[in-house]
Amino acid sequence: MNKNIIQVSDLTKRYGEILAVDHINFEVEKGEVFGFLGPNGAGKTTTIRMLTGLSRPTDGGASILGFDINSQIVQIKKYIGVVPETSNLYDELSAFDNLLFMAQLYGVSLKERKEKVEESLKTFRLHERKNSLFRTLSRGMKRALTIAAALIHNPKIIFLDEPTVGLDVVAARSLRNLISNLRQQGMTIFLTTHYLEEANLLCDRVAILVKGRILVIDTPQSLKAKTDKKSLEEAFMKITGLESEVLAIEKGK
Amino acid sequence: MKKENKMWRDNLRGIFYIALKDIKTYYFKPPAVSWGIVFPITWILAFYLRSPGSFEELVPGLIAMTILFSTTAAEAVVINFELRIGSLERLLLAPISIAAVLLGKVLGGVIFGFLMTTIVTIVSVVMLGLHPNVCYLILIIFTSLFAFSSLGAFLCVMVKEVFEAQTLLNLPRFLMVFLSGVIYPVSKMPLILQCFSYVLPLTYTVEGLRISFSDISGRIIFPYTLMLMGFFLLFILPAIRLLSKKFE
Repeated sequence: MNKNIIQVSDLTKRYGEILAVDHINFEVEKGEVFGFLGPNGAGKTTTIRMLTGLSRPTDGGASILGFDINSQIVQIKKYIGVVPETSNLYDELSAFDNLLFMAQLYGVSLKERKEKVEESLKTFRLHERKNSLFRTLSRGMKRALTIAAALIHNPKIIFLDEPTVGLDVVAARSLRNLISNLRQQGMTIFLTTHYLEEANLLCDRVAILVKGRILVIDTPQSLKAKTDKKSLEEAFMKITGLESEVLAIEKGK
Repeated sequence: MKKENKMWRDNLRGIFYIALKDIKTYYFKPPAVSWGIVFPITWILAFYLRSPGSFEELVPGLIAMTILFSTTAAEAVVINFELRIGSLERLLLAPISIAAVLLGKVLGGVIFGFLMTTIVTIVSVVMLGLHPNVCYLILIIFTSLFAFSSLGAFLCVMVKEVFEAQTLLNLPRFLMVFLSGVIYPVSKMPLILQCFSYVLPLTYTVEGLRISFSDISGRIIFPYTLMLMGFFLLFILPAIRLLSKKFE
C-alpha cells in the first residue's frame, strides 16, 4: 500500500509572466511533519493554496489521500485542516461561536458539536475566554483558536502556513509543543516556516524552495551533514546561495 | 448517487450555516437596519409629505424599497470585507462548493430582507386596514428577495473593496427607485423610460405588489414572479462564475 498521503507531480502556477511555482515534485508520508522552507516569494503559500483548493494549478497536479486536487477538491477538503498565515476567523463572533460555526460547516454531528467545541477550547487553554469576541483575544490566542478551528473536524492532514509568525517566545513555544503533540497523535503536518530552528525541531523532512523550484528534499540532519554545517539555518544559506549574497553585502560595508 | 446526495446535503448545510453566521455577525447592526428599514420609510414619508394623497398607493412602493434596500444592506460587508480580510477563504476551505458559499451569502440577505419586509408589510396592512391577497404577496416578496439579494452579490463580486461595492450598489438602487414605479407610476412616464423600466427587476416587484393589494380579480401574478426568478438566475450564475475566477 502506498504510504504517501500527499503526492505532488509537476505542480505549476503561473501568474501572467511570473512563474510562482515551477513544476515541483514531492511526496509526504502519512504521519510525517514535512517542512516547506524558502525565502519570501519562493512559492510556499502558493503551493499550499493549490493543495487546499484556494487556487487552481496552471499545470500538473497532486493527489491527497488518493483524491485529485484538480477534480476532487471538495472531497479532499473534508480531510484537511488549514491554518493560513493570518488568523482569519470572525472578529464579531466569540471564541466558542467561531468554533461552533466551523463544526457546523464541516458537518460535525449535532450530538458531538458542543462537546467537541468545549473540549477543543480546553485543549487550547481558551476555555476561560470562550465568550470573548475573537477581536479581543491576544495574537497568540487568536493563533491557537485558528488552529483549533482547523482541527475541529478531526482532519488527517493539517497545513500550517507560518504558524508562529508574530508570536512572542512563550506563545511560539506553546504552539510548537502543540504541533509536536499532533505529530504524536499520528497527524500528517505540512508546515511552512521562516524559522529554520523551528523546522529543525519539528520536521522529519524539509523541502527547500527557491523561486518556485525545489532545490533539495531531505531530513534536517542529513542536510546539515551534507553541507558540513552545524545548524539548519547555515545549511539553508549555503543551499540557497544566500550565504554568498550575505558575504557580498558584508564586504560592501 | 449516494455520493451526490451527500454532496448536496453538505452544500445545503453550508448555505444554511453561512447565512445564519452572516445574520448574527453583520445584519442586525445599526447600518444594516438603517439601510434596510429606516431609509425606505424616510423616503416614502418625504414623498408623501411633499404631495399628500392616498398613502395606500405608496404601500407597494414602500414594501418594494424595503425589499431592495434590506437584501442589499450588508452584502458589501458580507462579501467584499470578508474577501479582503481573508474570512471568505475560510469558507472556501470547507467541503462545499463556491456556489454554496455564495448562495449562503445571498440567503443571509434574503432572511434579513424577509424580516424587515414582514415588519413593514404587517404595520402597513394593520394601520391602513388593507386586505391584500396573501398568497400573491408571499410569492412576489420571496422571488423579489432572491432577485435583489443575488443582484447585490453579483455587483459585490465584480469589485474588490467595500466602498467600491457600496458605490456600485447605489447606482441601480437609486435608478430603480425613480424608474420602477415606486413613487411615480410607470404608465405615466415617457415611452422610452417605460421601455427602460421593464428592464429593471424592481418594476416587476412594484407591479406584482400592486396586483397583490388591488381588488381587481383575474390579474395573475405569475408572469411577474417568473420574471423575478429569471433575474435571480441572471445575477447569481455570473456571480458564481466571477467568484470562482477570483480563486483561479
